Amino acid sequence: MLSSLLIALSITLMYSAPLTLAAIGGVISERSGVVNIGIEGMMSIGALTGAVVGYFTHSAWLGLLCAGLAGGVLALLHAIASISFRADQTVSGIAINLIGPGLAMFLSRYFFDGASITYPVPEKLPKLAIFSYLKGTPFANFNIDVSVVLALAVVVVTWFVLYKTKWGLRIRALGEHPAAVDTLGVPVYRSRYACVIMSGILAGIGGGTVTLAVISQFTPIAISGQGFIALAAVIFGKWKPWGAYGACLLFGFSQALVIMLDGGVLHVPSTILAMIPYVLTILILIIFVGRSSAPRASGVPYEKGAR
Amino acid sequence: MTKNIAKFLKTNFMCTCIAVFLGFIVACAILLITGYSPSLSMAVMFNAVFSRAKFIVNVIIKSTPIILTGLSVTLAFKSGLFNMGAEGQFIASTIAASIVGIKCNFHPLIQIPLVICVGVLAGALMGGIVGWLKAKCGIHEVITSIMLNWIALYMCNFVANSEMFHKPDSDGTFPINHSGQTLLFYDWKFSHDGREYLQAHPILNDIILKTDFNLNFLVAVVIAVLVWVIIYKTKKGYEFRASGLNPDAARNAGIDVTRNIFYTMLISGALSGLAGVLSLTGSSTPVLHVLSVFENYGFNGLSVALIAGASPIGCIFAGLMFSALIYAGQTLQSKIGTPSDIVNIMIGTIVFFVALVRIIPVWVNRYLQKEERKNAQ
Repeated sequence: MLSSLLIALSITLMYSAPLTLAAIGGVISERSGVVNIGIEGMMSIGALTGAVVGYFTHSAWLGLLCAGLAGGVLALLHAIASISFRADQTVSGIAINLIGPGLAMFLSRYFFDGASITYPVPEKLPKLAIFSYLKGTPFANFNIDVSVVLALAVVVVTWFVLYKTKWGLRIRALGEHPAAVDTLGVPVYRSRYACVIMSGILAGIGGGTVTLAVISQFTPIAISGQGFIALAAVIFGKWKPWGAYGACLLFGFSQALVIMLDGGVLHVPSTILAMIPYVLTILILIIFVGRSSAPRASGVPYEKGAR
Repeated sequence: MTKNIAKFLKTNFMCTCIAVFLGFIVACAILLITGYSPSLSMAVMFNAVFSRAKFIVNVIIKSTPIILTGLSVTLAFKSGLFNMGAEGQFIASTIAASIVGIKCNFHPLIQIPLVICVGVLAGALMGGIVGWLKAKCGIHEVITSIMLNWIALYMCNFVANSEMFHKPDSDGTFPINHSGQTLLFYDWKFSHDGREYLQAHPILNDIILKTDFNLNFLVAVVIAVLVWVIIYKTKKGYEFRASGLNPDAARNAGIDVTRNIFYTMLISGALSGLAGVLSLTGSSTPVLHVLSVFENYGFNGLSVALIAGASPIGCIFAGLMFSALIYAGQTLQSKIGTPSDIVNIMIGTIVFFVALVRIIPVWVNRYLQKEERKNAQ
């Protein structure tokens, strides 16, 4: 019983870590007033970059770093469109979602002789055996990916910065009333650029953890929908770091449920089980969460001097 | 003179053309950097679409579903909703249509409308759920859409794998009964007379025998006009647009915004449903396949709507272009080994530039104002 609970916990954490990283990126971007629908694309390019750099340099950490950078570069495109060019942020985000996976597949074929699957990385991100001193108990075999710790750290830091520091107040104000922030002398465009790029870096790292910690290579379905789930988690969590983390954990937990129930005592087809996370999300939204309101200026391009 | 050029540049059509052009430039640049020949690739892509009547007809046939999902997204856009669920509505429609198409077998005059109605209703139901949850519980339509897409995907796999429908040794169900198919000249083209006649007319042979020849594209065109009429010429359409542009003002004017959200999603879902069922009945292998990933009919509809600038008529042309690019991409990889993914990059860049070029009218207006001030002085 205890050991299966532990397995469920470790699956939950493993699934939720990439989602959390990406979702926190989404929170940061949206809180500064820029809708980031392109998370999926940024995760894809991060996943590919992580796998390629990890494979060629034999260093998972370098791969993760480059994954973040790649996501950041894609986010820069989104920032240029949505901040400087005042473009429709949804359209630009959708464009990123097309460019990211397209570019990832293209580069995979370019680097690996036309194969859409990269070679496995020689070294994955380390796992931490946090209870290794409890020898002889089920806890001893319980280990978690380092990405899980990273995700939690990002949540804590983001929460702290957003709610306990001067910058955080400014970021939150940017999403509600950018003109007011502008009158205080805070550079609106530059701050939004920073937030969007940060969001891309986190999404890229999230994608990188998929190919460097969960599976060890890039495949066309390595990133299939996680970005959208992260997007849903942002809204589900009401644009708050802990809320988004909770949503990601819930999602990871229902994935764990699917795996644990499959082939178990209940003879439910696996396709029906696979629906659990999605049905559960909708039900919880109906019962507990309900009406959600985005940051007021989110999605509205800011024009200096406009009334 | 420059003024006229400036005004011309301002039109939506020109802006879109510029975006498409820039998309091609970027794709060529990427090809050049990675060591593939851009000119050869473009030539191959051009030939892949225009060199044979069969190719052109195939592009038109393949454009039908994405034009319809594009219209679905466009309609939702007009009332301020983002229908990311076109994918799920499409799948739901194919599931329902397959079940009815396999289980029932009436005369085509009854069977075809029946299958289409069931598909459209399934799509409308999916859209309706999203609209209802948004209107009643205030749940963001994007979340429910994303979740319902996945639910539809697994439902599809459930049906396709179920004992009742699964065809042994295949990756899908039995085909739907022939009476429900909307292929044109299907019996005739394989008959003795038909073969003889087509052999004498090579171009017709190319168009009719070598493709899944059907009239779905015309349906899509009619629907596009219909959507245009609904949006711009009816009272309901006016209400939809008002709710989208300014919900508060619309509410003040006595428009029931929440009810309109529901209606919009219902119609939007029905359109995606129509896309799904027509792509099933218009295929020569009308089978519900097990899906490991999304087939992207809905997501591509999103791009079509965006490239078309949410214009219903524009969706027809954007859909044709999109379909041509995808079709050409497949040839590109098989013929000269350029990764077909370059097409996705190209489409993404076009959409990206579509977002960027909205700034052109702003620039042009600023320029025109400056000119006017100069003249006044």
